[in-house]
Amino acid sequence: MMLKILYFASVRERLGRASEELALPLAVADIAGLIRWLAERGGAWESLATVRNLRYAVNQEMARLETPIRAGDEVAFFPPVTGG
Amino acid sequence: MVRVQEGDFDIGAELAALRREQPQIGALASFVGLVREVNEGSGVAEMTLEHYPGMTEKALAAIVSEAGRRWDLIDALVIHRVGRLLPSDQIVLVAVASAHRGAAFAACEFIIDYLKTRAPFWKRELTPAGARWVDARAADDEAAERWQG
Repeated sequence: MMLKILYFASVRERLGRASEELALPLAVADIAGLIRWLAERGGAWESLATVRNLRYAVNQEMARLETPIRAGDEVAFFPPVTGG
Repeated sequence: MVRVQEGDFDIGAELAALRREQPQIGALASFVGLVREVNEGSGVAEMTLEHYPGMTEKALAAIVSEAGRRWDLIDALVIHRVGRLLPSDQIVLVAVASAHRGAAFAACEFIIDYLKTRAPFWKRELTPAGARWVDARAADDEAAERWQG
């Protein structure tokens, strides 16, 4: 299952990556599963599972841990927003 | 209408354009957010605003639509800048036009409150101690929650 993932602001800096295209096992079915899968990379990636207040979007809509992900989706991880 | 841009905006010109040829407008409320020279006790030499292109515009449009469902509005405009900004620079303009002031004032405050908690922008400040990402404020969440229910 191909997925596009974007990282913003402090999350992007911590991971040292702004975006990537990933082939994921079908067992990764939702945001919670994707976080677990990414955290298994170790190092800074473990912070995705432990950082407080991580926010996520699926196809540019705010999402929740149980939001499903499907092939071709655009998923983003970022800290709480601070615009305005 | 919503716009995300690097360049500055002219409030007078924007408000004039918003109300042009709309004589049913009786009230025009606006809010302008500026870069403060001090934040959390540190001097701010400059600020960089990052955003999520695509989602930002969708989120702003959704907030304006929600305001239109809650109040009787004639028009609304949100302009938000991104990129490098200096103290006193304009960051954001929210302008709301309606027949009477009550709806215009309320919708203007609603839009900026929701923008601060729902639109994907992130501020990074340069202070004497180095660069830091601005933390989200609980007061902003509380301001947005006032409009629920």
